[in-house]
Amino acid sequence: MFRIKEKYKLNPSVTKMVIEAPLVAKKAQAGQFIILRVDDEGERIPLTIADYDRNGGTVTIIFQVVGATTKKLNDLDAGDFICDFVGPLGKASEVSGFKKVAVIGGGVGCAIAYPTAKALKENGAEVHAVVGFRNRDLVILEEEFKSVSDKFVIVTDDGSYGEKGLVTDALRNLVESGEKYDEVIAIGPLIMMKFVALLTKELGIKTVVSMNPIMIDGTGMCGGCRLTVGGEMKFACVDGPDFDGHLVDFDEAMRRSSIYKETERHRYEEGCNLFKEDKNNG
Amino acid sequence: MANMAPKKNEMPVQAPEVRNKNFSEVALGYTKEQAVDEAQRCLNCKNKPCVSGCPVSIDIPEFVEKVAQGDFEAAYEVIYRQSSLPAVCGRVCPQERQCESKCVRGIKGEPVAIGRLERFVADWHMANEHEKSKSANLQNGKKVAVIGSGPSGLTCAGDLAKMGYSVTIFEALHTAGGVLVYGIPEFRLPKDIVKREIENLKSLGVEIVTNAVIGKTLTVDELFEAGFEAVFIGSGAGLPRFMNIPGESLNGVYSANEFLTRTNLMKAYKEDSQTPIMHAKRVAVVGGGNVAMDAARCAKRLGAEDVYIVYRRSMDEMPARREEVEHAEEEGIIFKTLNNPVEILGNEQNFVNGIKCVRMELGEPDESGRRSPVEIKDSEYVLDVDAVIMSIGTSPNPLIRSTTEGLDTDRRGCIITKDESGLTSRAGVYAGGDAVTGAATVILAMGAGKSSAKAIDEYLKNK
Repeated sequence: MFRIKEKYKLNPSVTKMVIEAPLVAKKAQAGQFIILRVDDEGERIPLTIADYDRNGGTVTIIFQVVGATTKKLNDLDAGDFICDFVGPLGKASEVSGFKKVAVIGGGVGCAIAYPTAKALKENGAEVHAVVGFRNRDLVILEEEFKSVSDKFVIVTDDGSYGEKGLVTDALRNLVESGEKYDEVIAIGPLIMMKFVALLTKELGIKTVVSMNPIMIDGTGMCGGCRLTVGGEMKFACVDGPDFDGHLVDFDEAMRRSSIYKETERHRYEEGCNLFKEDKNNG
Repeated sequence: MANMAPKKNEMPVQAPEVRNKNFSEVALGYTKEQAVDEAQRCLNCKNKPCVSGCPVSIDIPEFVEKVAQGDFEAAYEVIYRQSSLPAVCGRVCPQERQCESKCVRGIKGEPVAIGRLERFVADWHMANEHEKSKSANLQNGKKVAVIGSGPSGLTCAGDLAKMGYSVTIFEALHTAGGVLVYGIPEFRLPKDIVKREIENLKSLGVEIVTNAVIGKTLTVDELFEAGFEAVFIGSGAGLPRFMNIPGESLNGVYSANEFLTRTNLMKAYKEDSQTPIMHAKRVAVVGGGNVAMDAARCAKRLGAEDVYIVYRRSMDEMPARREEVEHAEEEGIIFKTLNNPVEILGNEQNFVNGIKCVRMELGEPDESGRRSPVEIKDSEYVLDVDAVIMSIGTSPNPLIRSTTEGLDTDRRGCIITKDESGLTSRAGVYAGGDAVTGAATVILAMGAGKSSAKAIDEYLKNK
């Protein structure tokens, strides 16, 4: 059993939890993920590690309530226990050897983009962060990003906060104003990563994306997380989750991510109707 | 005087048209009377050919004799000397290719039903378990780590614990049992049975740490640093193989591992399960092994009307146990042998709606000695299905080999072992089961775990 040490509500549907998991904390690196099971009847879900404290023995996760399992997780409070918490899984992000990097985060994906930005900064890179949300109410981790980036741009779809527009617009502006990046790291909804990758291909900038497909074991056994990258089959859990954004078949990944959409929706709506409004704010 | 009936006592089973709609165990087990009657068929041969067919060398005539005498607990003790998991082996071992294939009674008639007797004895023991005769042995204070809680790991751990070692098993998943819980379905091996066998191991002092992925959470080297003096790697089969044909990324294409894990480990067949699974109406399972049979029979039980086994060779070459094939046939699984998929087809929403196959014929024998299948020209056709389950094997998991320096693996990625002992290229590190052989059977993995336990004991005694 793994104790929830702290719980914070970051926005109406995004929650941050600090979990006591010393073995995971000892090894965790930016870009890796964990798999958890809320209770003995629960499904296994992967969540990317948002932060860790090796000395304190804790791992931070940030999740959006999108289905039955994340709702059940969100119902727990500090002091409660999670049944299973395993990791760190997947390969760590490459964070050393860069001069200047643009880190792009979209929606709840910012939770994963932030530790990567932080690790890049610690490894000596100049970090420009571009983060995007649907609207002002959904903004998360603004202060955290500011503290690790040399340049910070925030955009919202409706212009209710920061600049109005998409992260791709902001990135294009930065490049057109003369910024030269060794690499772009994009983490967010598949559709956002697809368009960032299309843009950077045009601009000729190497791009890494973090994939978060459906998976069960997370250790290379089930094959559910397979993706096509550069025409080859890859398993996100052991070969990733980071991949070359110019080689990922995003359209296929988007189709595969919807396999259980109907089942999920039914189950979720049976469980609770409260969060319907915020379901797609990723 | 032995019972000279030429045939085995029939095993009572659930009727096919009933069982293909539920997940309860198919075979119901012998009654006491049937077991005694069957045991009396044993001639108690002096040279015990059956024992030579058993990968863990159970003294078969001795235990069968005890059954014939009605002393079932004594029979259990005989089996337990060699096997830590009798209730499992009695259900999933391919006895017809092992002990029973050597039985003298099989020359004129059917061999003694050794597997069914083993199962009877193990079940009887569980049902009538008296005080534990196996009180924990004197601990010798030496720590051994076992990676993986599947058949090889459980066997190795059990044997070492019996010898007095402090054994800790590290399991990546949230439940112990490996393929016995995620792979083999409830109707063939009830999970309660596995649980009981594991509880048995714990009572011997074996500690099980779940949610520990060796190669990620901890490495093999860190296990040594933590005071373990030897390590056994029984991490099992790994990444599922696909055919590299178009359409394998369509929604509705599963690896057998994924389909079975959702069904068995995550209990997707239960109404209240949180883990989703597609309830397809028409399913093609590609492959001819035991795993393919399990997947096909699960699909049927999940409500599929038509389930096909698509296999490129003929019935004779099929690697699955005969009993599994027969059970599958009885349950209405349709066998498309000498058929090979060339493409999986999908609709506009990218869900599977067909599998294009080509008919095959058998040509010359290949390196495995089996006649290799050759495509028949212009014989392509489409089978209408809405799910495809690929059950064509696995390749070893990379997590341990990529994080353990000096651990040699072959070109496929299987761990190289010196000999039967399972010793790897690293001192104190042993390996066995699918991680070494590639996908094989439960009992072979158990045999490997057993040999390694013996080798680890010798190594640590002389260290």
